[in-house]
Amino acid sequence: MLFFSYFKELVGKEVTVELKNDLAIRGTLHSVDQYLNIKLENTRVVDQVKYPHMLSVRNCFIRGSVVRYVQLPPDGVDIEILHDATRREARGS
Amino acid sequence: MASTSLEPLVDQTISVITNDGRNIVGVLKGFDQATNLILDESHERVYSTKVGVEPIVLGLYIIRGDNIAVVGELDEELDASLDLTSLRAHPLKPVQH
Repeated sequence: MLFFSYFKELVGKEVTVELKNDLAIRGTLHSVDQYLNIKLENTRVVDQVKYPHMLSVRNCFIRGSVVRYVQLPPDGVDIEILHDATRREARGS
Repeated sequence: MASTSLEPLVDQTISVITNDGRNIVGVLKGFDQATNLILDESHERVYSTKVGVEPIVLGLYIIRGDNIAVVGELDEELDASLDLTSLRAHPLKPVQH
């Protein structure tokens, strides 16, 4: 639940999603769900020469199970709030 | 709970990247919460470093959600401007969990 809520706060920000097949897709976070599936808009593949497979795709749905990393803008993270939420979550479980 | 739905993509042409590194293009006809997909008029685009993109006609397909990595909305205009026969690329890597 914590990360779902966290990603909801990041809707509208530019992120880069690195997948478990090494593909990296940059785009604006449109939405996220309980499975941490991600919908990106205005997408570009990071290395378009190596991965021309998505040249005609501008919006995409990425299955949560296939995400390795989500790279965030440094100012997109309020470390204190995240820290508190994590502490609360850890205490709860 | 909010859901990131594939509903807006129904009846659109989509480009699917599967866990085994395949790229399948088709019209999305249906889906469910497990991301199982029904794809109509589908074809696979096989990428190679030696020859251009080779299309393999598939027809009406169900793709199981377990095997799906990305569902992309294909921009038909952009796609038409691509010369697939001159596109050379390594096939996508399979997903490694």
